[in-house]
Amino acid sequence: MTKVVVAMSGGVDSSVAAALLQEQGQEVTGMMLRHWSELGKEAENRCCSPDAMALARRVAGELDIPFYVVDARDIFRQTVVQSFLDGYAAGLTPNPCLVCNRVVRWEFMLEHALDLGAERLATGHYVRTCRGEDGKVHLLRGTDRAKDQSYVVHMLGQEKLERAMFPIGGMTKAEVRQEAWRFHLTSAYRADSQDLCFLSGEDYREFLQRHAPQSLCPGAILTQEGEVLGEHAGLANYTVGQRKGLGIASPVPLYVLRKDIERNALIVGLGEKLGESTCRVTDLHWVLGETPASPLQVEIKTRYTSREVPGEVNVDADGQGATLCFDAPVRDLTPGQAAVFYAGEEVLGGGTIVA
Amino acid sequence: MHTIYLDYSATTPVDPRVYAAMRPYFEVDFGNPSSVHRAGQRAERAVEKSRETVAGVLHCLQEEIVFTSCGSESDNLALRGAAFAARAERGAKWILTNRTEHPAVSRTAEQLAFQHGFEVEWLPVDKFGRLDPTIVASAICHETALLSVMLANNEIGTVNPLPEIARLCHAYQIPIHSDAVQAAAYYDLDVGVLNVDLLSLGAHKFYGPKGVGVLYVRKGIPMQPQQTGGGQEGGLRAGTHNVPFIVGLAEALRLTAEERAERIEHVLPLRERIIGTVLEEIPEAQLTGHPTFRLPGHASFVFKDADGNTLLQLLDAGGFACSSGSACKTGSPKPSEVLLAIGLPREWALGSLRVTVGKQTTPEQVDHFLQVLPGLVEKARKKRS
Repeated sequence: MTKVVVAMSGGVDSSVAAALLQEQGQEVTGMMLRHWSELGKEAENRCCSPDAMALARRVAGELDIPFYVVDARDIFRQTVVQSFLDGYAAGLTPNPCLVCNRVVRWEFMLEHALDLGAERLATGHYVRTCRGEDGKVHLLRGTDRAKDQSYVVHMLGQEKLERAMFPIGGMTKAEVRQEAWRFHLTSAYRADSQDLCFLSGEDYREFLQRHAPQSLCPGAILTQEGEVLGEHAGLANYTVGQRKGLGIASPVPLYVLRKDIERNALIVGLGEKLGESTCRVTDLHWVLGETPASPLQVEIKTRYTSREVPGEVNVDADGQGATLCFDAPVRDLTPGQAAVFYAGEEVLGGGTIVA
Repeated sequence: MHTIYLDYSATTPVDPRVYAAMRPYFEVDFGNPSSVHRAGQRAERAVEKSRETVAGVLHCLQEEIVFTSCGSESDNLALRGAAFAARAERGAKWILTNRTEHPAVSRTAEQLAFQHGFEVEWLPVDKFGRLDPTIVASAICHETALLSVMLANNEIGTVNPLPEIARLCHAYQIPIHSDAVQAAAYYDLDVGVLNVDLLSLGAHKFYGPKGVGVLYVRKGIPMQPQQTGGGQEGGLRAGTHNVPFIVGLAEALRLTAEERAERIEHVLPLRERIIGTVLEEIPEAQLTGHPTFRLPGHASFVFKDADGNTLLQLLDAGGFACSSGSACKTGSPKPSEVLLAIGLPREWALGSLRVTVGKQTTPEQVDHFLQVLPGLVEKARKKRS
């Protein structure tokens, strides 16, 4: 019997994860993090509203397992929210869920779990692990391709993966709901959370307006040649590849090609100019801990929701960064997001896309 | 894993003798005390016997005992009932109380102020959480509707000099209420000695069932009922009597009074061992509340820069049930009002721990606890740095 802490959200995935572990005979403890919310908006936080907390507590009660809420507001504000604000201020499109998983869940929460005497931390993510012949823990996509969440946990290394358990990674969402029925879990009907939890359901631009208004300074919309086409409402309002909502009259469709943070300018151009055959990534990470030989032929996923495309990773001599060469140009490369490398089912590693 | 229970101030297990006394009134003598028939009469007799028992412990008249659903209801009835009556009879609108009171008192006083036009004066307490009678003397006047001060504090265990405060109130003919919910397990509840006009009790703090309480109302104190209906409890608290629970409360209180000396003798050395060891072995630890004027089974501390919530979770995972002034099940701990009222800074107040022992606590359990605690406090400190 292993002592396992399960990160519970009140949702069906983590509830079923907890129930399955308990059925296997593990000694399960439920844990929920109290994330940061703006003052007065705690009730709308997508992950840890009082409702979600009550739901998680009820599930823990039904399973008769201990359940604790841990105050993670400070670290969440300092890391996840701050990097979100800094990212937009630097002209990037940050991905706070990646930061949350890396720093809050798999460091802060894991440490709490270990302090409570647990050996493992389990989550309701749709990813799998398996031990290879090399003795290492390999990270695999969730069986349900539509739900696969390997993109947001690709940064886990061997030390974390040795502690990690993903009980529902081998199941489809339908099977998870089925199991929720079997366990009589009340959360079976709750809709999945989608938006960033700390935005409390509002648009990220409104949030930026209050917390980092400098990232919403108007500036010029330019062609690649430097011709002024109009004014933008702040770079943080736009994403590379975006066509709608530019507010400029043009006989041909224009797309956001890139953001020029130095000049606070939005560079637009024809769709055919969009798309990069190569890109740079930093903060390179490999799941198995060792940098593989370059060039490495892989499938690359450049956004949580985008399809992976074939390409090549050319690792720098220092191993910290790499140049990615795509077999076909990719249209929506977004600095600030992660590029995650796959070989079939397996997650090899990834890095952060830079401009 | 077997949990060691060190949270007797939160609640206590029902004494088997109490449970045995209650049992017949669920199925056999289940009648409604307000009914005319024999079954009702037998139930009524049980309620009145219980009232007699409680009045015996409090040294008061039977008609001065009002059965309620819990200590909080007793506090509510005392404050609302006496305040509204005092305003109606003599135009008094000031409520005197302090920030260390149980929320059943402080929240009620706030509501009376915000919604019903009363004024609340929050009297300052000393660093032990005691209300000094001289403070009361300078605040009380003929416009005071009532004063409410607890006999013993739930969070920090401090016992107030009730008789002296009461004397000052009576000099102005101002009614005094006291929440004795925590004190009832160990203190002599003779209302003549305590000198109070209104006294709240809750059975589950002294090995009785949850969901039943008492308000003592001195004869002649003007009161307005807060729950109207069938006229039970002298018209002050309507509602069908919860017969088995009232019987349980009375039996638990009788046993508590009878066994008071031996219960104190049992818990006091345990408490002293806890306080002594913690202050000796854990750096940057402080006792909260008064060192001597405190509940015999009650030890409470603050640890600088520790996270009290984390400490409780670590203790629970290690098999120890304790409590904390800032205990919060939703992950957003705030320093408790009580700890702020006694002047503790935030970095101390957030790291609070309450350890309360009782009849079933053994020296071995306490030793085991004291072996584990220092390491867990260290862990709870690491989390906040």
